[in-house]
Amino acid sequence: MPGKLKAKIVAGRHLPVMDRASDLTDAFVEVKFGNTTFKTDVCPKSLNPQWNSEWFKFEVDDEDLQDEPLQITVLDHDTYSANDAIGKVYIDIDPLLYSEAASVISGWFPIYDTIHGIRGEINVIVKVELFNDLNRFRQSSCGVKFFCTTCIPQCYRATLVHGFVEELVVNEDPEYQWIDRIRTPRASNEARQRLISLMSGELQRKIGLKVLEMGGNAVVGYLQCFDLEGESGLVVRAIGTACTLDKLSSGSAPNTNTHMHPNTAPASNACNSPSKDGKEPVFVEDLPSSSGPPTPFRALPTSSSPPPFSPSKPCSRQSSSSDTDLSLTPKTGMGSGGSAGKEAGPLRTLLRQQTQTALEQRGASSSGLLLNAREFPFFTLTSFPPGFLLHVGGVVSARSVKLLDRIHNPALGNTRSYKLLDWNSVTADEPETRDAWWEEIRQEIKSHARALGCHAVVGYSESTSICEEVCILSASGTAAILNPRYMREGCLDIGCTDHRFEEPSPPNCGFCHIPYDELNMPFPAQLTYCYHCRRQKVPDVLFTTIDLPSEAAVAGKGCLIQARLCRLKKKAQGEANATAISNLLPFMEYELHTQLMNKLKLRSMNALFGLHIQISVGENMLLGLASATGVYLTALPAPGGIQIAGKTPGDLSSEHISSIQKRINDTIAVNKELYQINPPELAEEGVGSPIPEPRHRSRLFRSHSESSDELSELDLSHGKKDAFVLEIDDTDAVEDIHSLLIDAPPPTGFYSCNTENMPGISNWTSGVQMFTSVRVLRLSNANLTNQGLNKIFTDLCENLLKSFYFKLRSMIPCCLCHLNFTVAVPEEELIQVTVTAVAMTYDKEQTQEKTAEKPVNKGSLEAEEQLQFPLELCADSSSSNIQTASKISGVGESTNMSPRAASVDYGSFADRCSTWLELLRLKAHTIRRGSVKTSRRTQSLAHSVSSLERCSPLQEGRSRSLRSSRSFGGSSVTVVKMTPLSFLPGTRIIKYLGIINMFFIRETTSLREEGGVSGFLHSFIAEVFAMVRAHVAALGGNAVVSYSMKECVFMENPNKNQAQCLINVSGDAVICISETDQESSASTANTGQTGGSETDGAT
Amino acid sequence: MSVELDVFVGNTTIMDEEVYQLWLDGYTVNDAVKVRMEGGVMDECEASKDVLLSDTMDQYRTFQMCERLLHSPAKLANQLLFQIPPHRQIMLIERYYAFDDTFVREVLGKKLSKGTKKDLDDISAKTSVTLKSCRRQFDNFKRVFKVVEELKGPLVENIRQHFLLSDKLARDYAAIVFFANNRFETGKRKLQYLSFQDFAFCAGQLISNWTVGAVDNMVEDMDVDLDKEFLQELKELKILITDKDLLDQHKSLVCTALRGKTKVFIEMEGSFKNLSRGLINIAAKLTNTKDVRDFFIDLVEKFIEPCRSDRWSAADMKLYLTHYTNSAHILDTFK
Repeated sequence: MPGKLKAKIVAGRHLPVMDRASDLTDAFVEVKFGNTTFKTDVCPKSLNPQWNSEWFKFEVDDEDLQDEPLQITVLDHDTYSANDAIGKVYIDIDPLLYSEAASVISGWFPIYDTIHGIRGEINVIVKVELFNDLNRFRQSSCGVKFFCTTCIPQCYRATLVHGFVEELVVNEDPEYQWIDRIRTPRASNEARQRLISLMSGELQRKIGLKVLEMGGNAVVGYLQCFDLEGESGLVVRAIGTACTLDKLSSGSAPNTNTHMHPNTAPASNACNSPSKDGKEPVFVEDLPSSSGPPTPFRALPTSSSPPPFSPSKPCSRQSSSSDTDLSLTPKTGMGSGGSAGKEAGPLRTLLRQQTQTALEQRGASSSGLLLNAREFPFFTLTSFPPGFLLHVGGVVSARSVKLLDRIHNPALGNTRSYKLLDWNSVTADEPETRDAWWEEIRQEIKSHARALGCHAVVGYSESTSICEEVCILSASGTAAILNPRYMREGCLDIGCTDHRFEEPSPPNCGFCHIPYDELNMPFPAQLTYCYHCRRQKVPDVLFTTIDLPSEAAVAGKGCLIQARLCRLKKKAQGEANATAISNLLPFMEYELHTQLMNKLKLRSMNALFGLHIQISVGENMLLGLASATGVYLTALPAPGGIQIAGKTPGDLSSEHISSIQKRINDTIAVNKELYQINPPELAEEGVGSPIPEPRHRSRLFRSHSESSDELSELDLSHGKKDAFVLEIDDTDAVEDIHSLLIDAPPPTGFYSCNTENMPGISNWTSGVQMFTSVRVLRLSNANLTNQGLNKIFTDLCENLLKSFYFKLRSMIPCCLCHLNFTVAVPEEELIQVTVTAVAMTYDKEQTQEKTAEKPVNKGSLEAEEQLQFPLELCADSSSSNIQTASKISGVGESTNMSPRAASVDYGSFADRCSTWLELLRLKAHTIRRGSVKTSRRTQSLAHSVSSLERCSPLQEGRSRSLRSSRSFGGSSVTVVKMTPLSFLPGTRIIKYLGIINMFFIRETTSLREEGGVSGFLHSFIAEVFAMVRAHVAALGGNAVVSYSMKECVFMENPNKNQAQCLINVSGDAVICISETDQESSASTANTGQTGGSETDGAT
Repeated sequence: MSVELDVFVGNTTIMDEEVYQLWLDGYTVNDAVKVRMEGGVMDECEASKDVLLSDTMDQYRTFQMCERLLHSPAKLANQLLFQIPPHRQIMLIERYYAFDDTFVREVLGKKLSKGTKKDLDDISAKTSVTLKSCRRQFDNFKRVFKVVEELKGPLVENIRQHFLLSDKLARDYAAIVFFANNRFETGKRKLQYLSFQDFAFCAGQLISNWTVGAVDNMVEDMDVDLDKEFLQELKELKILITDKDLLDQHKSLVCTALRGKTKVFIEMEGSFKNLSRGLINIAAKLTNTKDVRDFFIDLVEKFIEPCRSDRWSAADMKLYLTHYTNSAHILDTFK
């Protein structure tokens, strides 16, 4: 049970003047944990008080230790009236609960007030003594480590990867409680901060419990999000990948490769997850930990294991087919779902059932170690040890539009306190709904992956966008085949065994090879033989949500590619609104993909990594932003150019067209030069016709209004041209093409990407500058068109990038990494874009060699995903399943099995003999062939349904080698570096101190006096950084890696001179040391920080 | 369509020295953008005017937020809000406390009071230093003055430690404080030809020779006030001009020493008595605060101007004063 928490208040400094008369302050401190409060003496008349208090001791359950933060309040003593609060500090003591992490928290913390911001600092020491507890029914999960990093953390090796863990907790939002009307804004903000802190603590504890049950000891790729649902409540949810990690003795860690290897196992889920073995354990696990009631139902459908929800809630199924059909969750039911969706729903489910049973049969025999298989074979990781990822199928995504319902919770009454985290009695209903929603989406994702012949989803993430009562839930990831060896044998140290796999698919191209079978392609892609090994087929283009595998062979540099889109919609309420949104979604996704594809071609690249598509909903518009890092994979065929064609010759003068064509060609040539794309000249032996791009796409380019049927017709016509054709038949098309050309390349000396690794650059030097930028645009003109909006939105993003380049110009040569754009529509006429990224300097000289080396890296395959889908593509892909599904009644079963079977068998046999593998593949082909024929029929249907789903990936890349650096300036404050990446160049992480997960609210009623909205937000963001740094420093760390700003919600009311902002940040606190003793070269003028300079082998 | 909000915050605070200078010089954001555009930054990074504007606004905001810390520079080193590398901190402080010689010349010796502050717009117009910059400089003087006033120990050292300034800047501030404290009149037209550095040199000399601190380094009072006892003792010099014999003796000693060493010997000899009388009278009156204020003007009127009209060179002056002092020591009275 218990632990003893000890806290000591040492001193304060820079306190604000609280007593005008004396210009001084009589400060004292309250220390609170749970329901126990201690006070220090009053330190009279000082702005720099020395309390040097005794040790305040709290004896508490470890459960509380995990949930509760230590709350320190600094007050000004007032003899005659109530004491005035100066501010608070919340200290998350979680890091003290793992044995290896920090042992003491000690340092200066900013004293924070939600109205006044930082007001001085306080020096505190906190320690925890934990008593061992062997009670197996315990509710705490102390000792489970959490990492935001989406790769195996640097000084650990993974002995086993258990798979997906998720949890969510719900509560009423204090801001919307009746009591909020009578309490001060400060009280309300503090209530919210505290509640969220409690909820995240609880969430983490529950996930920890799940991990313990699975036998793991850590969660990697932990992603926690808030949904501020307004009146209907507050949802805190998290996903992650459960692992068993071993700490490498210090010193042995540095070599990424070594420690990457050992990690293995995880994938168990992969092939079996759908199977029974996988499933049942899941239910069991879910039961106790997740929100009570729902599980019992799920447990019922025992063996036949259709997706859990299907029996119990037939109605909600439709929504699972993503965007199209909206399911108005609570009671409204499905009436309004898109028609296609409805039809598709049942088919899907059927398919799912079939495949599952099939798998079970197969899986049963081979399932020895598959115990770890989970219901969802998902991995939140984005980069993997070599050899882990075999093939990548492509991006899978699902969206669903939901209507939020009020919480009807009589039990809560109006006077709820924060303690209502007592889930069983109180909010039981709520999590069930939300759980079910996510469950549907995940099922959807799973089935998409299956359609791509893949058994796992990697680089998986989930997100929401909420506007009033409408909520879009999105999930995306990359379908992949993981090395079955890892699943079977768990934690073998591979090294040698690797080779077998390399043979069939060499390391630097293996992941590009298609996992599905070419005769039964899920979508119409042009396949060619791999330009590397010549043995296997590869698609013409590959889209993925993961990071570029370190061993991938690339030509030239990568670059950030963004597709941006605005769509107006009518204002509406409730169902009508939800329907309108879900009707728009497919078109948006389609256009985003088309844009991405065009821009990719324009840069003469053929693969996207770290694809992240965000769709935000506002009252009168939808915003879509897709970001990814384009790269030229030498294993894939060279992209064709883009050809412009007039639809009808008379329409536009041919001169005009040829001038556009010329511009495009010029741009392509310039880009080739810019990104140094000079792929090795492969003798163009007739490997396969270079990727003819389906002509239809070009038309689709601006075909929002075309019906899906037409599309599918078009899909069938593969043009055999090697250029991508854009037809110009109206002014819109011209606009579109112009907008393509707007994207300015970064100025000389700059590169940009949104992944962890910049393709083509690995020799980082020590300059690191993390930054956050927020821009809000007010659209003054109510009569904007879609085109006009698009232009505005595109300019907004482009201008932001230009600003970054300008500001960071002193760091040249430098690369902006992990550019993470978030868009929101906070109010009707406002567009908000928030960007967090890191600029890193590199050594220009060495670039060349390094890149050359890179591809040679040790081998193993990583899968990349293939990019598939422009919408139509997906349409097809799904159509193929559906066809099978439709067929199922008769022949179906065998067909269904085949794809999966292929993967399973492949795995099991591959160990022994690679030739078997081929055999198997052949077999699979033939089986599938049968189903191919049927495909036509369902096509249109399929299209409408699945296009939506699959095509929206979102995931941000994060990655692999961690390093960080630090250095101290002469000042008394520890320099804490921050980066959204998992490493800091030139340094090595020697210790992870725990996760940083902080939530702040700031409010002002004197907006003008604080410098307007910009001044207000500027200082708030600076304060957030300061508080993160202070906490890290107090833990003994000197850097934050995998830092991200998950939430930045800004609201203003200039008329009332008020504004409010909520920020949620997270990351991993670490200690890192310079990798070499080389002199720390001073950082670039701008960053000024120094750090060990060293090139980073960042592979 | 308008940008409602636009911020950029780096983990390490980004500051452009050029913009900082513009900010210090009191340029408005728009003027600063113009200056930067003319300066050619735009070409560096293919920036547009908007980019420049946004960047300038960000930087201005950052500086405004930092300003509070700069008022007590020691805080800058241990505050947590901005992560600023030490060498940049030094730059920030040094530049913030830097001042325009033309401006300081105007307020030198004036009382650092609200009244003076009200006149800043006139000074601004006269010196073409922006009003904003004038205010910052004036406030800096006042802040340093206030802090140092209460402190014991050597003036320059105190300033250096409290405001983390370079030695040179600390000395200049010491001069400003010293002048302000003693209210030396420096604004008269006859004094206009003297630059701030001239006065600063004098201040340095006065501080190291005429203050309490000069005699006994660490004792209680500080360098800000002239040593009263010393001033009292100066009265005794009067004998040099009141006693006829002494005056002649002194004169002959000086003239002997000077003969042949200067072109203006004749003039020196001729005006010796007048000059000596002038000097001694000034010295003897210094016990009056009023006369202390007029110290420089008296010196110019009674001593420097006559010499100048006789076309003495600086070397002549130096020579003359050296021997004037040395000879006095030889006189029996002062042995």
